[in-house]
Amino acid sequence: MAEEKKGFSHDTIERNTLLLIVLILITVSIGGLVQIVPLFTIESTIEKVDGVRPYTPLEMAGFNIYIREGCYNCHSQQIRPFRDEVERYGHYSLAAESMYDKPFQWSSKRTGPDLARVGGKYSNDWQVAHLVNPRAVVPESIMPGYAWMKDRPLKFDDVADHFKTLKVVGVPYSDDQIANAKADLALQKNPDADSKALAAFQKRYPKAVVANFTGNKDVTEMDALVAYLQVLGTLVDFTKYQSPKQLQQ
Amino acid sequence: MDLDSITIALRSFWTVWLALLFTGIIVYAMWPGNRGKFDRAAQIPLKEDGQEF
Amino acid sequence: MASATLTPGAALGSQRVSEDVRYYEDVIRLFVIAAVFWGVIGFLAGVFIALQLAFPALNLGLEWTSFGRLRPVHTSAVIFAFGGNVLFATSLYSVQRTSRQFLFGGEGLSKFIFWNYNIFIVLAALSYVLGFSQGKEYAEPEWILDLYLTVIWVIYAVVFVGTVMTRRESHIYVANWFFMAFILTVAVLHLGNNVNLPVSLFGMKSYTFVSGVQSAMVQWWYGHNAVGFFLTAGFLGIMYYFVPKRAERPVYSYRLSIVHFWTLIFLYIWAGPHHLHYTALPDWAQTLGMTFSVMLWMPSWGGMINGIMTLSGAWDKLRTDPVLRFMVASVAFYGMSTFEGPLMSVKAVNALSHYTDWTVGHVHSGALGWVAFISFGAIYFLVPVLWKRQQLYSLRLVSLHFWTATIGIVLYITAMWVSGIMQGLMWRAYDNLGFLQYSFVETVAAMHPFYVIRAMGGLLFVAGALIMVYNLWRTAKGDVRIEKPYVSAPHKTAVGAA
Repeated sequence: MAEEKKGFSHDTIERNTLLLIVLILITVSIGGLVQIVPLFTIESTIEKVDGVRPYTPLEMAGFNIYIREGCYNCHSQQIRPFRDEVERYGHYSLAAESMYDKPFQWSSKRTGPDLARVGGKYSNDWQVAHLVNPRAVVPESIMPGYAWMKDRPLKFDDVADHFKTLKVVGVPYSDDQIANAKADLALQKNPDADSKALAAFQKRYPKAVVANFTGNKDVTEMDALVAYLQVLGTLVDFTKYQSPKQLQQ
Repeated sequence: MDLDSITIALRSFWTVWLALLFTGIIVYAMWPGNRGKFDRAAQIPLKEDGQEF
Repeated sequence: MASATLTPGAALGSQRVSEDVRYYEDVIRLFVIAAVFWGVIGFLAGVFIALQLAFPALNLGLEWTSFGRLRPVHTSAVIFAFGGNVLFATSLYSVQRTSRQFLFGGEGLSKFIFWNYNIFIVLAALSYVLGFSQGKEYAEPEWILDLYLTVIWVIYAVVFVGTVMTRRESHIYVANWFFMAFILTVAVLHLGNNVNLPVSLFGMKSYTFVSGVQSAMVQWWYGHNAVGFFLTAGFLGIMYYFVPKRAERPVYSYRLSIVHFWTLIFLYIWAGPHHLHYTALPDWAQTLGMTFSVMLWMPSWGGMINGIMTLSGAWDKLRTDPVLRFMVASVAFYGMSTFEGPLMSVKAVNALSHYTDWTVGHVHSGALGWVAFISFGAIYFLVPVLWKRQQLYSLRLVSLHFWTATIGIVLYITAMWVSGIMQGLMWRAYDNLGFLQYSFVETVAAMHPFYVIRAMGGLLFVAGALIMVYNLWRTAKGDVRIEKPYVSAPHKTAVGAA
């Protein structure tokens, strides 16, 4: 053990388990800190665009169903700045467009097509028919059917609690939006409702699609999911946005 | 100097301190005086297993 | 502190262990049984969801059996249930022997880890099927289960680190460094990626504090390093103990293992952004991710060379010992995956490969070839030792398992290469008039034959695992199959199975 004379040597580290632990923690922390912290401090990370708003109560319920069913396992929500993707799906995705998604739904696989701008591309009836039995609409589809979801009543009575929680974690829901959350849930699927109420709703949530998505009397889970799909990618007005990136390929 | 410019400045030096770190590791691992110690350490799994229950 | 309990003179340089060293093996046996059980379940789940992609009727129209809910069951079962139990078994086995010390915390703490970790696995799988998920890949369990896992993990860290700190060996063997980096970093990743606020203390639903682009970066910082530290550093710990042990020779270069360790853990943590190329993540982060991913190739191959060259001078063991063959093949697959990975992290390549089956194939060459093969090797090594048998029931069956599984992997990854590259090219193909040549669903239809081949590859892999179950069962019973022995080269003495 002659080499121990050297004072501080790696031998000291190995004998001193705690020091080894500290060195490991420092080594593995550097990369994470350098990459993650600036995303919160550098302001240009999220583009300044108009139109992006928090989800309506019904859309939020749909977002949560989207997560529950693991849609992200097969569908991306992130259009890359490539010529073919922009032609197929629309303008490439901005960071601002998912700034209220908790968590992000960009996904890492496109077994099915990208959904970042699926909103408004198909009618509500098409979306419902497709979700009930994808192969009735697209024969070659390999997507699971969600017929059971069509008539299942949506359980989202605690939507105000969800909104309060979301507000704590950074989604800017107003007191007005939280107070009306439960009423707005039913309102969005009732186009025949009082026009003043609907106007107030549209003011709270611009561009929200109001429709009886499934045709059911009750608000069902599928109403929520379709309401969410129909808003995807529709909030930013790209005629007013100067795209900084050059398309590739 | 605000936090953003500091992080950007530090980021541009990463090749330098990465090279320093790597050199340090290599020097340590190849230091002639450490050879005997490492050779003994490498034998640890091959020692007898001892009594078990 | 730790050095006060050392008796360096007795441990160093001496091949003998003092009489009072005892190792705790009951819990290791339990972990091995659980690993084999979850392995079969996880592989079967994988085959089932692979078949769902080829034949969508297998989604059965039920909410609990759709691909979206079952895919997390598959990934959690193979990574955390199979891989996790393998890591517990091997790390707690080898840390005792390389520290010449009984498990810290005694029988109670390690049994606590076993039962609670496996209960956690069952609860997590049930929660996905019933529709509770955070919606983050490889981090699906909701907040309450995350807390449960945190408690279990802290106790695991206490047991492992405690054993190392009370060791009677002066040096901490390199395998334990890798295990320690795995345990600590996974703890950091788990805590960092699961900072959630529950809606109610009595409900499962929670929302993350980070959102959008920041949550993407945090998730792939977690996700890529779950690969880097759970599936790589942890299993490299297995390599550094079990390959020398089985080959009966020290690791090729202990110096290289030190370089391997520090460079690997430093570089890996930066690689996450390569999962987010060309997304809304800022370019500087993507560039950093790509650069470090490419550099990661070097330590990875350093480790591969170190593992494979441990056999130098004893290459004939590959022919005569199929258990060692499993281990060495796993290191070769590790080398292949860690070459493919940096390649795919280059933005130009990633533009084609991302979102396609190429990624799935890449993951499985690592998961099946590296993680599962080194696990099989370690399990075949451990079972005769733990059940006090002279040898395995049959080495010929180990060899059969090896070839069945290898053919399965080859079918799997080649099918995914072809389908992935084909689909990527079809998405960007233009016809003569300058229109996109294929609709999306045409590219889906083109995948069908490859999805069938992939499922067949998976079936072969399951078949191999079932051969292993039978072999291990007979070994534990104490049976020995009458078969033609493997004959080693004339100048060598025969290698015992245990």
